[in-house]
Amino acid sequence: MKLTNRSRKTDKSPMTIAERLYLPAIASGLGTTIKHFFQKKPTIQYPEQKREFSPVFRGLHVLKRDEQGRERCTACGLCAVACPAEAITMIAGEREPGQEHLYREEKYAEVYEINMLRCIFCGLCEEACPKAAIFLQPDKIAPAFYERDEVIFGKDRLVEKMDDRASVGIEKYTGVKS
Amino acid sequence: MELSVFIVKSIIILAVFGVSLLIATYSTWAERKIAAFLQDRPGPNRAGIFGLLQPIADAGKMFFKEDFIPRQANKWLFIAGPSLAMLTACMTSAVVPFGDTVLVNGAEVTVQGIDINIGILYVFGVVSLGVYGVMIGGWASNNKFSLLGAIRAASQNISYELAMGLSIIAILMMSGSLSLRTIVEQQHGMNWNIFFQPVGFIIFLTCAFAECNRTPFDLPECETELIGGYHTEYSSMKLGFYLFAEYINMFVSSAVIAVLYFGGYNYPGMDWVRESLIGGLGLNWGHNLATLVGTMVFFGKIFFFIFFFMWVRWTLPRFRYDQLMNLGWKGLIPLAILNVVLTGAGLLAGTRLLSWVLILGVVLVATIQAGTARKRTVAAGRLSKV
Repeated sequence: MKLTNRSRKTDKSPMTIAERLYLPAIASGLGTTIKHFFQKKPTIQYPEQKREFSPVFRGLHVLKRDEQGRERCTACGLCAVACPAEAITMIAGEREPGQEHLYREEKYAEVYEINMLRCIFCGLCEEACPKAAIFLQPDKIAPAFYERDEVIFGKDRLVEKMDDRASVGIEKYTGVKS
Repeated sequence: MELSVFIVKSIIILAVFGVSLLIATYSTWAERKIAAFLQDRPGPNRAGIFGLLQPIADAGKMFFKEDFIPRQANKWLFIAGPSLAMLTACMTSAVVPFGDTVLVNGAEVTVQGIDINIGILYVFGVVSLGVYGVMIGGWASNNKFSLLGAIRAASQNISYELAMGLSIIAILMMSGSLSLRTIVEQQHGMNWNIFFQPVGFIIFLTCAFAECNRTPFDLPECETELIGGYHTEYSSMKLGFYLFAEYINMFVSSAVIAVLYFGGYNYPGMDWVRESLIGGLGLNWGHNLATLVGTMVFFGKIFFFIFFFMWVRWTLPRFRYDQLMNLGWKGLIPLAILNVVLTGAGLLAGTRLLSWVLILGVVLVATIQAGTARKRTVAAGRLSKV
C-alpha cells in the first residue's frame, strides 16, 4: 500500500555505457552551473541596502509618551503578567504634585526593565497594555550586546525621546493620534 | 649574444616570471569570484572595486599569522616542503612559448624563457618533482593525516602521470619533436592538435586536473577524511606557498594544454594580421605587434582553461579513492594506449584523423546500447503497471 504519492521507484538497472562514460553527465552538469553563472544574484548588500521589514514585524520595544510628552505607562503590571518569558519587571511610583508634565496618570513606573535575553518578541505585552504605552517597533531591531550588563534595558533605553518619536503608537489601534 | 638582445631576453624572462606570479595571485581572486557566481553569490566585493585588492589582503593576512612549526616535526624538511612546491611550480613556465619572436636590431628573440629541444620532457620532469613538495611536507609534519594526504598525493600523481605521458606520445608521434616551440609552430593557423587528437586531449585534461590536485581529484586535501591533508600542520605563509603553488600549477597546466592542443599563440588569420601590420607599420613594429597579438590570444586560451578548471571544481563532486584509481589505471591508461596505436596506424596510412574513429565508435556503441536499455526499462515499467 502506498502511503503518499511522493514515493518513487528507484531505478536499479545497470548503467548504460553513456552513463558509465561520465562525460555526458559532466557536460550536462557544467551546463547547469554555467546557467547559474549568468543568473541575477539575489544577494542584498546589507549595510548599504536594507531589506524592507514586514509591516507586522515586532522589533525593539518602546515606552510611548503622549503628544504632550508625558509617559503613558501607569505601571499596572499587565504586560509583566502577559509576558510568557517573564522578561518584564517594574516598580511603581506615585506622581508628586508638580510632576504632571512628566507622567500622564497618578501612578507611573519608577523602574521599568526588560531582559532582552529573555524576551521572545511575541508582542503580548503590547496587546495587554490598556494605556497604549508599550509597543514593539516595526522598523527597529533590538541591538546586539557584547556584555552581560547591557542585556537588561531600563527606562533610559526604552522610553521614547521627544525629538525622535517612534513610528508606532496608539494610532495603530485607533487610527487617530492622541 | 648582442647586448640589446640580452637585455630583451632578460626582460622577457622577468616578464614571464612576473606574469605567472601575477596570474596565480589573481587566480585566487578569480576562484572566489567564479565560485560565488556559480553559486548565485556576488563574491568578494569589499576590498577595492570588485574586490580586486582581495589577494593582497589575503597575502597580508598570511604574512601576519603565527608561523608555527610543530615540536615533533622535522624542522628543515618542514620548511623545505612548501619551498620545493613553490620552486617546482615556478620552474615550469620557463619552457612555455608565450609568443612568436621579437625583432631587435634585426635579430630574432623568442618570447620564451628558454627553447630547449626536450621541452615537454622538462615539463614532465619538473611536474614529477612537484610531488616531493607535497610528500616532504606531509612526512615532516609528523601527523598521520598529513602523511596519509601526502601518500595519496604521491600515488595519485604517479598514476596519472602514466596516462598523461601516454596521451602526449600521440602528439609527439605527429610532431616528431619534443620542443614545445616546434609543436606550436606545426599548429600554424587553425591546424590545432585538438582536431587530430580529441581523445588525447580528454585524457590530458583529466590528468592535468589530477596533477594539480584539483577537484574532482583533490583527495590529498580531502577535508572530511584528512582535515587539511598534507598541509594540516602548516600555517602562515608556508600554507600560503602550498596554496599559491597550486594556482601556479594551474596556470602552467592551462598554458601547456593550450600549447599542446590549442595551438599556443596561433589563431586563424594570423598571417593576414601579421602582413597587414607589417604593411602599415614597417617590418620591425609590425612583426613585434603581431607577436603581441599572438601572445594575447595565447593568454586568452590560458584564461579560458583556468576558468574551466574552476568551473569544473564547482560542478563535480570529489571521486572516491578506489574510483580515482580505477579511472586512472583501468580507464585512462588503456584508452591512451589505444589512442597511440590508432594514431600510429593513421600516420602509417597517411591520415592524422584516425583518432576520431575511437570517439565515433564509443558514441555509436553508447547510443545503440542506450537505445536497447531504454526499451528494457520501458518494458519493465509496463510490467510494473500491470
